[in-house]
Amino acid sequence: MNQKRRIYLDHGASTPVDPRVIEAMAPYWATVYANPSATHQDGRLAAQALDDARQTIARLFNVQPDEVIFTGGGSASDNLALRGVLWAARQAGRGSHLITSAIEHPAVLQTAVQLRDLFGFAVTVLPVDGNGRVQPADVEAAIRPDTALISIMAANNEIGTLQPVAEIGAIARAHGVLLHTDAIQAAGHALWDLQTMPVDLLSLAAHKFYGPKGIGVLIARAGIELVPVITGGSQEEGRRAGTSNVPLAVGTAAALRLVAEEGARRGAALQALRDQLIAGVLAAFPEGCRLTGHPTARLPHHASFAFRDLNANDLLMHLDMAGIAASSGSACKSGSPKPSAILQALGLGPAWTIGGLRLTVGTQNTADDVAAVLDVLARAVPRLRQLGAPLVQG
Amino acid sequence: MNNDTQVENRVVVAMSGGVDSSVAAALLVEQGYEVVGMMMRLWSEPACGGGPAAANRCCTPDQMADARRVADQLRIPFYVLDAQETFRQVVVDSFIDAHARGLTPNPCIACNRQIRFTYLLNQALALDAAYLATGHYARVRRGENGRYQLLAGVDAHKDQSYVLHVLSQEKLAHALFPVGEYRKDEVRALARRFNLPVAAKHDSQDLCFLSDGDYRRFLREYGRDAAPGPIFNLAGEALGQHDGLPFYTIGQRKGLGLTAPEPLYVLRKDVARNALVVGPRAQLGSDTLLAADVNWVAGEPPAAPIQAQVKIRYKATAVAATIAVVDAAQVQVQFAEPVLGATAGQGAVFYDGEVCLGGGIITGRAP
Repeated sequence: MNQKRRIYLDHGASTPVDPRVIEAMAPYWATVYANPSATHQDGRLAAQALDDARQTIARLFNVQPDEVIFTGGGSASDNLALRGVLWAARQAGRGSHLITSAIEHPAVLQTAVQLRDLFGFAVTVLPVDGNGRVQPADVEAAIRPDTALISIMAANNEIGTLQPVAEIGAIARAHGVLLHTDAIQAAGHALWDLQTMPVDLLSLAAHKFYGPKGIGVLIARAGIELVPVITGGSQEEGRRAGTSNVPLAVGTAAALRLVAEEGARRGAALQALRDQLIAGVLAAFPEGCRLTGHPTARLPHHASFAFRDLNANDLLMHLDMAGIAASSGSACKSGSPKPSAILQALGLGPAWTIGGLRLTVGTQNTADDVAAVLDVLARAVPRLRQLGAPLVQG
Repeated sequence: MNNDTQVENRVVVAMSGGVDSSVAAALLVEQGYEVVGMMMRLWSEPACGGGPAAANRCCTPDQMADARRVADQLRIPFYVLDAQETFRQVVVDSFIDAHARGLTPNPCIACNRQIRFTYLLNQALALDAAYLATGHYARVRRGENGRYQLLAGVDAHKDQSYVLHVLSQEKLAHALFPVGEYRKDEVRALARRFNLPVAAKHDSQDLCFLSDGDYRRFLREYGRDAAPGPIFNLAGEALGQHDGLPFYTIGQRKGLGLTAPEPLYVLRKDVARNALVVGPRAQLGSDTLLAADVNWVAGEPPAAPIQAQVKIRYKATAVAATIAVVDAAQVQVQFAEPVLGATAGQGAVFYDGEVCLGGGIITGRAP
């Protein structure tokens, strides 16, 4: 492989597991490994570790331990939230209408589409403004007597925009409708006190905040009925069957504790790098490049742009060859990129919508990394623009 | 391209997922180059009936997976470029257009000139590669005078220099053809030695953008409507009707729907009258032809007529001829013995033994 030093700027996609998290998980692979549902001592030891993890997470969000459900990942949490609430609501005659937004992650949108097309649920998809923000007034206007759930993400993965969750939550409460928030991108940067933040269901994924892959959390406030998606044994109080993954649960708790302890410091450092990136890119490309997402109400580690008349995959290739890992909303491994639905939702036209670039910094990145990526972009973008000129009759 | 950041030993390999380009990549890695694998997504029509794509059509997702697997095994980067629109316009549309004008094009010539060795070459140079390598059976040599020569591949049965006759000095300076030094069976042996997952793969046949190899059906579906018209003999008598000029080839005997005392062959397509002109086999031969869009690999045309061997289609045997320059982009080819079935739109490619001198597109018989 290419010997260049790697500069990883794709933390929105995944993050390295913190060594302290790895250490916390260590005993649970081969030392304390029994099934926590078992009645014997070995099982009880594992169950205790699982309990401790659950308690830690509950404390960090100021909820009760039985409001914390471990799932198979972020997408699994989103699926359980939507399917679980909507099926239960329909069963109980409380309605079958879902309100969501055009910029949700596919784990929410594709689930909504299937619920609508295969199972007859009603779905309202709200538009967003040019910065990708959902208007609380639009949410309120969409609520119907049969609305059973509102699902609006905390922060968008592609454009980083933070949503007005508190306001939307207040509206949901006022109308007696449940609010689910996909906080998978956001949780690593801000832990919410769910006694004051009016959110009923919250999805998390550990691998976005220096925890392990393969596990997620759905926080579901007490009293919320959920029809389980994965059925079988009675783990997770019957809400999600399957042998509990003790090491990953322990890792999730450890990673979240580090977020609580170090989040503010991390956030400040990340934001500084983010702002250097944004300033640098916009200065280097005054024409044909724009920041996407809200300029200030955005994730502290997230810089995203759209380049006009550029195929972002070609740009990612140049970055990769220079040792830089980044991503795009229209990244495509098979040479047939689709315009980004998120950029389209912002109102960008076809000249822009395969030109999205996302740079997400993490705790190991430095100002030198920022300088390096600005350098590579300064060379690669003009070269690619030149190639895009009408084909020379060679 | 003026490029002071060019990496001298960096080479982009055009990978198709097939044996030849995979072995080319492996050879270059072994030779110590910094190799980057690239594949272009080209346009091809959807598989017939919406079923699974036919095996070995270029650039399908399966091909891509194969190429990616080879790249992973060789531990080289691998990227896919979106060339669908460019390919469609430059290769497919011009294929359809040429047929509509009574020509029989070889789209691989346009593809190699404008897609592989313009679009892809430019992408490779933009990535600071010094070379673009392909799995073609051909060779490049640098002569003592610094001029590049294009040579036929060592394996005469597989030689692909024919489609590369369009390359200029500037482009040859950046071209590598690693498998041209080997016979096909040696290339397969190399694939096994390198333990490549594609070692046993069959070679691709047919035009890459056809789902089933049937270009007549493709033209019916994607081309402009081709009107039926008359079939004339050389005396100008109408013998029958044809279904549309694109569906016939020069030299075709069957499928004309004619009854005649002696076999009749398609001699030429008269676009102005939308007619097929047929005649006996003896009339199929021509001892001259004109070719346009001529590329001379050496960089300029010869000062005086030259003796050479000429192929009038990809699979033809090269035959002796004299080539005389008519003007900057046209030549007249005079064959020592008449050739059968010289077809307007095909490439006429000139050789001096194993050296490919260049070539052009046949426009018709010389007056």
